[in-house]
Amino acid sequence: MSCASAAPCEDAIARCARGRGTNNKNLMIMSNTATSAVGAATGAHPHASLNYINHDKSLKSWLLTLDHKRIGIMYMVTVSLAFLAGGILALFVRAELIAPGRTLMDAHTYNQLFSLHGIIMVFAFIIPSIPAVMGNFVLPLHLGAKDVAFPRLNLASYYIYVLGIAIVLMGMFFGSVDTGWTFYTPYSETVGTSVLFVTLGVFVAGFSSILTGLNFIVTVHKMRAPGLTWNRLPLFVWSIYATSIVQVLATPVIGITMVLLFLERLLHIGIFDPSLGGDPVLFQHFFWFYSHPAVYIMILPAFGVISELMATFSRRPVMGYQFVALSSVAIAFLGFLVWGHHMFVSGQSAVSSIVFSLITYLIGIPTGVKVINWVGTMYKGSVWLRTPMLYALAFLFLFSIGGFTGIMLGVLAIDVHLHDTYFVVAHFHYVMMGGTVIAALGGLHYWWPKITGRMYKETPARIAVALIFIGFNVTFFTQFILGSQGMPRRYYDYLPEFASLHALSTYGSWILAAGLFLAAGNLLVSLFRGAKAPANPWGAATLEWTDTTPMPDPHNFKRMPIVTRGPYDFHLVDDLFSGDGGDGAPATTLQGAGPTS
Amino acid sequence: MGMWLFLITEILLFSGMFVAYTVYRVWHPEVFDMSAELLDWRLGGLNTLVLLASSLTVALSIHYIQNDNRKGLLINLIITLVCAGIFMTVKYFEYTGKFAHGVFPGANFAPHGVANGHDYAAFNVPYAAQFFSIYFVMTGIHGVHVLVGMGVFTWIIIRARKGHFSSEYYTPVELTGLYWHLVDIIWIFLFPLLYLI
Repeated sequence: MSCASAAPCEDAIARCARGRGTNNKNLMIMSNTATSAVGAATGAHPHASLNYINHDKSLKSWLLTLDHKRIGIMYMVTVSLAFLAGGILALFVRAELIAPGRTLMDAHTYNQLFSLHGIIMVFAFIIPSIPAVMGNFVLPLHLGAKDVAFPRLNLASYYIYVLGIAIVLMGMFFGSVDTGWTFYTPYSETVGTSVLFVTLGVFVAGFSSILTGLNFIVTVHKMRAPGLTWNRLPLFVWSIYATSIVQVLATPVIGITMVLLFLERLLHIGIFDPSLGGDPVLFQHFFWFYSHPAVYIMILPAFGVISELMATFSRRPVMGYQFVALSSVAIAFLGFLVWGHHMFVSGQSAVSSIVFSLITYLIGIPTGVKVINWVGTMYKGSVWLRTPMLYALAFLFLFSIGGFTGIMLGVLAIDVHLHDTYFVVAHFHYVMMGGTVIAALGGLHYWWPKITGRMYKETPARIAVALIFIGFNVTFFTQFILGSQGMPRRYYDYLPEFASLHALSTYGSWILAAGLFLAAGNLLVSLFRGAKAPANPWGAATLEWTDTTPMPDPHNFKRMPIVTRGPYDFHLVDDLFSGDGGDGAPATTLQGAGPTS
Repeated sequence: MGMWLFLITEILLFSGMFVAYTVYRVWHPEVFDMSAELLDWRLGGLNTLVLLASSLTVALSIHYIQNDNRKGLLINLIITLVCAGIFMTVKYFEYTGKFAHGVFPGANFAPHGVANGHDYAAFNVPYAAQFFSIYFVMTGIHGVHVLVGMGVFTWIIIRARKGHFSSEYYTPVELTGLYWHLVDIIWIFLFPLLYLI
């Protein structure tokens, strides 16, 4: 809701200043923004309603678009469907595990369901989630660029992704896959018919990931607006950049691994198959050489989102900007050197286990730097508890638990006990879901007004955060306990003493699902009934918020941005690169009554 | 820059296979030594020369278009395409020669017969199948790259004939040249590793 006249806004600012105990400087900025909001509201532009969403409504204009924003939205729809499918599979898996013995399905179906859950969630959802959706949408805006460096390639990588997923789905329908998402040999060579389809699908989807990463690296290097030096890049850009490096360097290895596995099944080339003299552990090396860095493909973009949220909703520059930026690069680099920690019990030599274990501890350092800097950002900031910030706080808790248990699993002796138990399952769900999915939801709620031009309702969104946070912990914290007591992962049946915790975990999954559906429903309803979003509802300082909402078409900015400040210099937010009437009036608008609402 | 990054991914794609080669070579050096005898270094050497020549012509074609010499560009591109064709033809004869004596990758590996002074049956030892699996996979995927290169060269030649390129604009030629050099370099590693040592 934009201010119709100056008076209510001034009121709101006065209240918000009191509520936060902000200093005079902050107050001054706010008044600044309020007057400008009035300016923007009065100087309505006749063509202001024409934007990238409605300039051409035909289906063809969407399917063949080269606009990074529309491609981002197409990714969002596809990725959300994948998340829905993977989530429903997870609910079935949990429902089966609610009691010992057969509950819903037989063991074979169960094996297929958890495999598909893993494959869909990893390859179809998490890997493209933040990089492809928010990276596509936000990255060029953050850079003040018209588009990504290679728009056609960008569209191609979307369709390659869809093709890859389609091949995986074909495999699902025409056969069965119950190998888990890791396709360990020799089991994956001997069982099921559709491992062929699925590995081919993963190979194809991998190309999409490579092309996206390549595109983003070149975009960051070549398309920055004048004045946007590396030290003025938003941290989201840094993390996407680090992610892209990992994508470009690691994904070809899973590509060739999948090709070899494919040939192994087709021609029995005998490289991984022990009955032909091959070495199955070599497959594990190849697989984890990609799949451990892939973990950072999944989590690094989440770090970027959280950095944005922390700065914006604490109204302070991120503490130790360069440390946070370079820690992303450090994580990307170290991520290549730790794949062996998945194989402590696979028969690799003791020396390499020790080395891998040590490097695994090292990864804790840049990650710890990030967490401390986020907390430091909130310190003495005026924290504004809107929905995106609530997600960011939930992220801090859940990711810290996930990270610490990760270090525990990196300890050799402990890992031998906990390997392949529910402890591992809980650990990576805390990192992947508690980390990446929570950050993705936070980012979605943060950029939603920018993307759609609509505000969602705050109260249901907050209830959803609470449900997700509680449901998630009930579901997965119980699994830490189960794992430490020795419940092995992927098992269909279990001993009676695990029954109560398993049941609790299943109840948690229902709370979690309720929260997710509420969040999704709230966002979808806002599309039709939401209030029109102002240009900068959160008072953020990165470039995309200086633009009109939604963005104009065909290019992102009506005027080329010239960057003269850092991404978190909130006291300097007075520039506008796509304003109404082109009078240069800032259009920053306060949403709601401030932090106490 | 995008092209350079793409070439890095290509190198990593092959690096996986080089790792597999190294691992098995370290484990079974004598089998690998022995099996390499079955590969004809003369054919491999011929292909190396052919590819090196094509690399030269690609470099020349870029040189010519920089000087606005469209005829030189076209001639050199066509020579490159022909060289790639010769390479694939030689590969075809190598492959069929192997298949004729039952040298298939993996589980179907069943060498038999005598040719070029080699008793193929004597090569039916453990892990020889791995060598030939790696041989077929590596040269096969390399061959796919050559075929892709031939396709791209055909497209470039068609565009060159239409006069699309000049010293002002020759990016596609340059990028295809980069790709082609990479394909060459990979072969230069494959040839000694598989044929010579």
